[in-house]
Amino acid sequence: MALLRRLAAALPLFACLALVGCASEGGGIQSQKIATIKARGKLICGVDGKLPGFSFVGSDGSYSGLDVDVCKATAAAVLGDPSKVDYRDLNSSERFAALASGEVDLLSRNTTYTLSRDAAGGNGLSFAPTVFYDGQGLMAPNASGVKNLKDLSGKPICVESGTTTELNLADRMREIKATYTPLKFQTGDQTYAAYLGGRCVAVTSDRSQLAAKRTSFPDPAAHTLLPDVLSKEPLSPATVNADPLWSDAVRWTIYALMQAEELGITQANVDAKVAEAKANANLADLRRFLGVEGDFGKQLGMPADFVVQAVKAVGNYGEIFDRNVGSGSKLKLDRGYNRQWKDGGLIYSPPFR
Amino acid sequence: MVALPDQAGTVTPWWRNRRLIPWLVQAAIGLVVLVVIAFLVGNLVRNLTAAGLLLSWGWLDNPSGFDIAETFLPFNAGLPYWRALLAGLVNTIRVVIAGLVGATLLGTVVGTASFSSNGLLRRLARVYVEVIRNIPLLLQLVFWYFVVFLSLPNGEQAIQLPGIVLAKSGLFLGRPELVNGVWQAPLRFTVEFGALLTGLVVYTAAFIAEVVRGGVASVPMGQWEAARSLGFSKLQTLKRIVLPQALRVIVPGLNSQYISLAKNSSLAVACGYTDLYSVAETTLNQTGRAVEVVLLLLGAYLVIDLVISALMNGLNHLVQIKER
Repeated sequence: MALLRRLAAALPLFACLALVGCASEGGGIQSQKIATIKARGKLICGVDGKLPGFSFVGSDGSYSGLDVDVCKATAAAVLGDPSKVDYRDLNSSERFAALASGEVDLLSRNTTYTLSRDAAGGNGLSFAPTVFYDGQGLMAPNASGVKNLKDLSGKPICVESGTTTELNLADRMREIKATYTPLKFQTGDQTYAAYLGGRCVAVTSDRSQLAAKRTSFPDPAAHTLLPDVLSKEPLSPATVNADPLWSDAVRWTIYALMQAEELGITQANVDAKVAEAKANANLADLRRFLGVEGDFGKQLGMPADFVVQAVKAVGNYGEIFDRNVGSGSKLKLDRGYNRQWKDGGLIYSPPFR
Repeated sequence: MVALPDQAGTVTPWWRNRRLIPWLVQAAIGLVVLVVIAFLVGNLVRNLTAAGLLLSWGWLDNPSGFDIAETFLPFNAGLPYWRALLAGLVNTIRVVIAGLVGATLLGTVVGTASFSSNGLLRRLARVYVEVIRNIPLLLQLVFWYFVVFLSLPNGEQAIQLPGIVLAKSGLFLGRPELVNGVWQAPLRFTVEFGALLTGLVVYTAAFIAEVVRGGVASVPMGQWEAARSLGFSKLQTLKRIVLPQALRVIVPGLNSQYISLAKNSSLAVACGYTDLYSVAETTLNQTGRAVEVVLLLLGAYLVIDLVISALMNGLNHLVQIKER
């Protein structure tokens, strides 16, 4: 069945490539994709769906998480309504085919930004700003006595296939000249089931993902994240290369969330800030950012108030982080590299100018 | 077109020529098919070019950068993609061959058991067939792997017999040793291989049992009775009289079951076995060469199935009635 689903994901790609010219030629200020989304009235967003804190389906069927909030912010910016999103759960191996075939408009699924995924000669994606700076880690049961990467020499390690973690693990193990057995599974569920079933001594993934998955284990305290950080994993939303206008729209929606935090604009006070900007013509920066004056929205092919809509829908970047993965969540992850640049972090929006 | 003289010497116009018209129709249909194919391929190439994804095969020589858990041929992350795909293909062929042998043996036993004079055995065979063939294979694989094989004890608690160890990590043969908490032996089969093989054998055997049952049932009752009256025992009758005749019916049916087994082996990813499909999936993800990788996959499975078909057709030829 998984096979069928994969083929189903890939089929539109072939059908599309074979029958009609699908590549848009750009054409004017209006992006083909934005026009499609507006006509459809919904944004189709590819997410994981099984990763607490990033994208997770609640018991009532609603999606929540940091990745989901990116989808909601984008829908609010383009359509003015954060609820107008169709979520598609994608596993790590089908995600790129789903994006390339146009089955999803936006891939917001803890995807690492890498050269080969960005390059036109590789996966040909276009990456939006990094929304979570992560690193690859390993998790092992306390009882196993495994303390670091070297202890894993000769042991089986569970890994999700089609991920960068699979490659990083191979690289690091080669560096320390350790042999190991990679056990690859197609979905996160299978990977963690095999790990909990005791087939592997450790499981490897992004550290945030390990922490997130651990919260759903029967006994979270029995598992420890090893101190080794195997790689840089900048997790970024992605769109196809073929529609640069749409990529820009997504990019600046995300920057808007970061800039809003920098300017102290929150979900609660955004309306007050708009009123303040409207009342005071001297607040030129704020007026431009919130679309009270200037034509930033129009330049991107989006509504003038796209920033206001996005912030109103999900709050600024700091609020999104805290609510989903930070202090206000079960994961309790430290902001770490994901602090604003002013606080020594890497979250940095270029000027809205 | 030159008009051809008919037998009587009079000239028939070409549009009434009975030998020519079918040729013309065939040629026209062939031409249409060719044009459609050319249109599709042309579009594919044009759009792939526009997307910067024109078919290329140079990436096959690039180092793969990933490891494979169990390989027959030596493999490491420094070797090129084509070696990785080859290792995957060998893994697929390994499980297919083992699966064909296992499913045939089990299927034949179950199929003949449904003719047993022992009522318990007969009913057991029915229950087996009805239960197994009505549950999706994917579910069965997940069951075998996660429920059965991953429940095996690990490390020192593993099931140990002289020269054989069965642990959560696999079956170890020939002086297994526990090194650093991990079993090692000259000959080993992982539980992933075991789960896939068990799943494929048990599932396909249910269908083969039905084919065998159908084949045996096709032999007239008179053959049994005649053999009986000549003093053959029941087993002798089956072996020497009934099965040789039943094979004519069984072999064509077996062919399609064998092909199904080969194709079903691509469900290996469900239980963590690194087969061709699993390697191809990793390759596809890393290189972004979706069309090329899928073409390779299609080709590989097609060739495997055609080889099975060819062998079975040969066998079929052998067991058919020799008319003299």
